[in-house]
Amino acid sequence: MTDAPDRSFQGLILTLQQYWAAQGCVILQPYDMEMGAGTFHPATTLRALGPKPWNAAFVQPSRRPTDGRYGENPNRFQHYYQFQVILKPSPENIQQLYLDSLAALGIDWRNHDIRFVEDDWESPTLGAWGLGWEVWCDGMEVSQFTYFQQVGGFDVELVSGELTYGLERLAMYVQGTDNGFDLEFGGKKPDGKPFTYGDVFHQSEVEFSAYNFEHADTDTLFQHFKDHEAECAKLLEAKLPLPAYDQCIKASHCFNLLDARGVISVTERQAYIGRVRELSKGCCAAWLDSPQGRSDKQEDA
Amino acid sequence: MADLLLELFSEEIPARMQVDAARQLDSAVSKKLKDAGVEVESAKHFSTPRRIGLYLTGLPKEQPDVSEERKGPRVGAPEKAIEGFLRSAGLENVDACETRSDKKGEFYVAVIEKKGRKTADVIAEIVPEVIRGFHWPKSMRWGTGSLRWVRPLHSILCTLDGKVVEFEVEGIQSGELTHGHRFHGPEEIKAATFEKYTERLKDSHVILERVERKDIIWNEATHFSESARLELVRDDALLEEVAGLVEWPMALMGTFDEAFLEVPEEVLVTAMRSHQKYFALRDPKTGKLANRFIFVTNLEPEDGGSAITAGNERVLNARLADAKFFWDQDRKVKLETRIEKLKDIVFYDKLGTVYDKVQRLKPLAVELAAVTGANVKPTEQAVALAKADLVTDMVYEFPELQGIMGRYYALAEGLDESVGDAIRDHYAPQGPADRCPSSPVSISVALADKIDTLIGFWQIDEKPTGSRDPFALRRAALGVIRLILENELRINLVDRIMYAGRQIPNSQATKLDAAADDLLSFFADRLKVYLRDKGARHDLIDAVFALPKQDDLVAIVARVEALGAFLDTDDGKNLLAGYKRAVNILRIEEKKDKTSFDAKPQKKLMSEAAEKELADAIAEANKAITASLKVENYKGAMAAVAHLRAPVDSFFDDVKVNDKDKDVRANRLNLLNQIRASLEGVADFSKIEG
Repeated sequence: MTDAPDRSFQGLILTLQQYWAAQGCVILQPYDMEMGAGTFHPATTLRALGPKPWNAAFVQPSRRPTDGRYGENPNRFQHYYQFQVILKPSPENIQQLYLDSLAALGIDWRNHDIRFVEDDWESPTLGAWGLGWEVWCDGMEVSQFTYFQQVGGFDVELVSGELTYGLERLAMYVQGTDNGFDLEFGGKKPDGKPFTYGDVFHQSEVEFSAYNFEHADTDTLFQHFKDHEAECAKLLEAKLPLPAYDQCIKASHCFNLLDARGVISVTERQAYIGRVRELSKGCCAAWLDSPQGRSDKQEDA
Repeated sequence: MADLLLELFSEEIPARMQVDAARQLDSAVSKKLKDAGVEVESAKHFSTPRRIGLYLTGLPKEQPDVSEERKGPRVGAPEKAIEGFLRSAGLENVDACETRSDKKGEFYVAVIEKKGRKTADVIAEIVPEVIRGFHWPKSMRWGTGSLRWVRPLHSILCTLDGKVVEFEVEGIQSGELTHGHRFHGPEEIKAATFEKYTERLKDSHVILERVERKDIIWNEATHFSESARLELVRDDALLEEVAGLVEWPMALMGTFDEAFLEVPEEVLVTAMRSHQKYFALRDPKTGKLANRFIFVTNLEPEDGGSAITAGNERVLNARLADAKFFWDQDRKVKLETRIEKLKDIVFYDKLGTVYDKVQRLKPLAVELAAVTGANVKPTEQAVALAKADLVTDMVYEFPELQGIMGRYYALAEGLDESVGDAIRDHYAPQGPADRCPSSPVSISVALADKIDTLIGFWQIDEKPTGSRDPFALRRAALGVIRLILENELRINLVDRIMYAGRQIPNSQATKLDAAADDLLSFFADRLKVYLRDKGARHDLIDAVFALPKQDDLVAIVARVEALGAFLDTDDGKNLLAGYKRAVNILRIEEKKDKTSFDAKPQKKLMSEAAEKELADAIAEANKAITASLKVENYKGAMAAVAHLRAPVDSFFDDVKVNDKDKDVRANRLNLLNQIRASLEGVADFSKIEG
């Protein structure tokens, strides 16, 4: 690694991947499904359960349909990137590992005020919660740091430490820009300048905002939700937690789209969240009874 | 004598929990030591973001020796019983016992001498217990362990008189080492005594004392603001919180874009304080907010703070840009057109949406307007718009600005000031120290809102219990009390409660009656608390509330005051004694005869002058009391009652109630009953203590 880290958006990702690979993490690629946050990745949700140690890091595109602003707000996107690290069990020096990763990105603690500020995490759809902090750098939240306590309604056996870097925020900070679309993404255009985040994603923000808010067919989505829910139940009966969990992720995304379309009332909202939670609980239960989710000794006994 | 130093070093503890945790550590350890017979001279606890600790002085080196006596069987008891006793007392034979005697004869006593243990050993036992049994508002496990702490616990420093007290808690071995500041002093520090400990921590950039951290922050902040000829906006809660976020505080000053000053200052202050923990500054000449802010770092930066300041300024400018965007956007939509959207906000499960609540408030507020003297039109307008700001972007982002934003948006639309004020103030007063609305429209809406909330939760049986009051209903009731009393509103509370209650969805008449009754007694309790804080006697409030149909709070308070003043006089005290005597006699005699003496006393059966005089005095007093009460002249009623004192006293001095003639006796008892009845027209004297 050179002394001055590459501050482009992709440079940031590469640096983090390299750093966490060196710490013994499996570097995964994004899960090939639409999800609201990196925590939904089965490498986090399911692997956090059971007695087997696990270290992984990956970028996960996160889709939050309601956050779409047709590309007009420089800070709010319906699609953005999270960089997730999960260390199970959480090592004694996890805070230091995290701080060293910031240093690798060029954030020097000698001139920056880095703080761990109370922020507990809860996901009602995943039936999960944990305690931790949001990490501030000079007053800006750059990461979320959580010690998982429960997932899918189950107490975890080994506690995972989960680190989530908000990559756009972090890049804006490192590059000193106030507009996400102006971020230097990387690569090189014919004029020699790097591609910007706007070059890569602006049109997609515009089009997907229109889709999320105007065009997504709600009848179809309601039907899909039911279908995924039924499919999930069927797969759970067949003791296939991973395919079942895919259906849970899909149902959750259908719900997010319906929410963006404004067709779910307040009371219904709670009910839908409850239905997704039931699916994720079922998947977690099945996972705990699967080879990667249970202890090897159990099989012998 | 020895000193104990204990430090529990962990990852960052939430600021709001630190002080309570240190206090708990102190009281738990001190209590267990005391239970073990170890007295402590002085105790001191401390907390920073990464540690809570305790310093105790003057501990003895050992527990005191104790001798315990155990009573055994009688001398000459069966062999087996004596053997069993000796075994349980750990003695070889009876000669080791003493013998004592009581009324029934001699018995054995085993005197067991217990040597005091070393204090260090006692501590080694106590501290792990305290750690394992510690109560955090929220706690967690980490790694592979099973210990629960607020965040991972890394080390335990525990020394007595400079020597390590050895113990282990779930794999953490106690020692004499700790760490300094996360960045400025990460190395291990050895610190066996409190002096060394504080000194070395300071060398490692940790200010142990919270007060000292607060002073540093305040002094530096004041220094900056003064050098900029500005005035720091005092905010003790924020200062306390910030002192819990840093071990080595350093204040810095930043600037934000002047253009944001057109946004209401509550918004700017809230954005600075709630999200960023920044202090606001004012221009003392204009009294207006300045485009500067003070923030506190946990670091002494090498570049003097330029990077940190630039970073914080960028964050704040982005936040304020959001706020300005909301301010501009929100004003494009009239409050009136937002009302419909309140249908999307559930007020409470069985109590409908906020829209439903607003509909209920309308007739209630209009009715109240007749009492407060508010004009109907602005009242209707204010109540309709009272909650409309809940669906603005600004309040969504900063919920604590509800009401305040509603007022700004109403005024921006050109609505009447009284409407804007009522939108802002209808949440008030929130607690005993909060400002209480005094303009008629505000009072009407504020009262309607609270009464609706109270009777609503009462009807669905979600009343406060013990310390649980999730909907702040005690505060709402206190709000009603303050609004009524401080504005001297003559209101029959029960009528208003019933009226409000009938608007609640699925309201049933029978349930409503019971709920309203119960709510009124809740009000009585709250009123008691309120008046007690103002120095009134709670038994006097009971005495007034026990009268039928007491729901006019202003009248109740006037009566309580008059009663209190009367009972402070000699007449009052003596009359109360006379009343109690009368009631006692009546109770006994009524029980004996199994009847009540509520007939009218007859003149012809009166032989003694004192009883005739009393009868006349009662008749006269009754007339005067009735007349006074009619015009709510409670002082006058008390004065009339006071005239009874002399005749009551002479009656008890001169007249024997239990006459041989049973008719005379009954007549005298009937007369006593008249005393009771006449006094109880003013207050229920049986509830009065003393």
